Amino acid sequence: MFELSKEGVEFVKKEMQRYETKRSAIIPALYKVQEENGGWVSPECVTYLSQLMDLPEVWINEVLNFYTMFNKEPVGKYHVQVCCNVSCAMNGGRELADHLCKELNIKDGRHSEDGRYTLSRVECLGSCGTAPMMQVNDKYYENLTKESAVQILKELP
Amino acid sequence: MEVKVLTKHYDKPEYRSLEGYKKYGGYEVLKKALGMKPEEIVAQVKEAGLRGRGGAGFPTGVKWGFLPNNGEPRYLVCNADEGEPGTFKDRMMMEKAPHQLIEGMLISAYAIQSKKSYIYIRGEYMEPYRIVEKAIQEAYDAGFLGKNILGSGFDHDMDVYRGAGAYICGEETALLSSLEGKKGQPKLKPPFPAVEGYLRKPTIVNNVETLAAVVTIVKDGPKEYRKYGTEKSPGTKIFSVSGNVLKPGNYEVPLGYPLKDLIYNLCGGLKPGRQLKAVIPGGSSAPVLTAEEAERATLDYECLAEMKSMLGSGAVIVIDDSNCMVDLLKVIMHFYHHESCGQCTPCREGTGWLDKIVGSIYKGEGRLQDIQLVEQVSKHMMGRTICALSDAAAMPAISFVQKFRSEFEFYVREGRSKVKEVIANA
Repeated sequence: MFELSKEGVEFVKKEMQRYETKRSAIIPALYKVQEENGGWVSPECVTYLSQLMDLPEVWINEVLNFYTMFNKEPVGKYHVQVCCNVSCAMNGGRELADHLCKELNIKDGRHSEDGRYTLSRVECLGSCGTAPMMQVNDKYYENLTKESAVQILKELP
Repeated sequence: MEVKVLTKHYDKPEYRSLEGYKKYGGYEVLKKALGMKPEEIVAQVKEAGLRGRGGAGFPTGVKWGFLPNNGEPRYLVCNADEGEPGTFKDRMMMEKAPHQLIEGMLISAYAIQSKKSYIYIRGEYMEPYRIVEKAIQEAYDAGFLGKNILGSGFDHDMDVYRGAGAYICGEETALLSSLEGKKGQPKLKPPFPAVEGYLRKPTIVNNVETLAAVVTIVKDGPKEYRKYGTEKSPGTKIFSVSGNVLKPGNYEVPLGYPLKDLIYNLCGGLKPGRQLKAVIPGGSSAPVLTAEEAERATLDYECLAEMKSMLGSGAVIVIDDSNCMVDLLKVIMHFYHHESCGQCTPCREGTGWLDKIVGSIYKGEGRLQDIQLVEQVSKHMMGRTICALSDAAAMPAISFVQKFRSEFEFYVREGRSKVKEVIANA
């Protein structure tokens, strides 16, 4: 069964006090759960959070399902998000995503076979002047080439 | 030439810290503002003619004036959910000058007599989030936030809130729903947020750049502010330029600046041998301009409105002749389909159909009548929904097929792109 760490529970309780309503703490709480659950939010995480926060599960599910940054399925150690919106598409973003699939052994266009990477083709991340770019977990990598992107990803610990 | 009013000190890395910001006069304007009457500041912002920099261009002072005098607590919310494709100026502002934003928010909060504000930052902007969070703490430690700020008797608390990935949260009522911990679906207006916003209390939502501009207006006065820009579009604005220019980036210029000078002078023009084909002047929601229109456009609200496009968020996407317009429209339509919140039928179904129709043309499966169908579907999506996302999808669709019809027709007839062939043979 999923449970947050002691530090995680404290974080959620603090967030519940931080805003005018405790409902506002759902987004930060889901981030914390996702972080401690290996990068995704499982149905049992939602049940757990609902009990911890004393909020209806449906409120948590509504948020979980609406926003793209919460993963509803397991992801690799590195979630690689390649922007394929207009400015990035014009500067090779889509080709970069294809290239990464090949180089990182991502055969289904989503997960590498060793579970190290998950690749998503995403919409504008506000890095249009430094296209093409990718976001790996929290961090932006900009002005990429096919070679530099592969190198960055392979060199990650 | 760039005119650096907001971005004057952005080249100095120390400007990010409180110490550095203060070195260049930071928080001096707050002191000045706290010595003024709140209504004087509102009057100055009105007189300066500042228009919202997030996309809609609504006069800021007028928006503030919609607050009811009913004694209810008022909220100020900074919209830092920058998501309009092509826009990356707010990110830069928060990274380079978080205290400029905080000072602008404090002055604005004092002007509208708000005791609590939030900065809503899009979830992907982790770096700006950390920077802004740290800056708020610095401001608290220095007594710029909290109780009895600088001995003025004015109390104000500020916090930052992180979104979680949804373009629609840039729409102010959706943003407020998200801030309340709900899914980010827009609400019908009226009531406007100024009357019924965050937690149904009077709330003002302003963009990052708008709030930063308030510092300049109060510092120099509305007359000085109006020295740049045009009568109806006063001041300077930061334009995010991307696409096919040699030097993409953020550039601050006076409103009314010629688009062609931005492209060819400031941004170094196009790659050698390439020709300008089109420009999206205000983010992907703005109707596209042909090269000929772009050559004579000036970057202000009125000129672009006359050309049936819009200044939007100031995201200029420069498109050269190596691009296939069918391909680009496919990318844009996929985006709006992905981002529709699903509440209103014309948007939910319309964006889906546009994505499908343009997608089938792209795959070489289109029929000639599909080009007309794009226009028809788009027209039925406009002005019929709670928020502007539906219109934002329809406008580029209509402008692309109308202005580049022969390219769409070629694609349908031949089942392939005209452009890719031309480029391959060049």
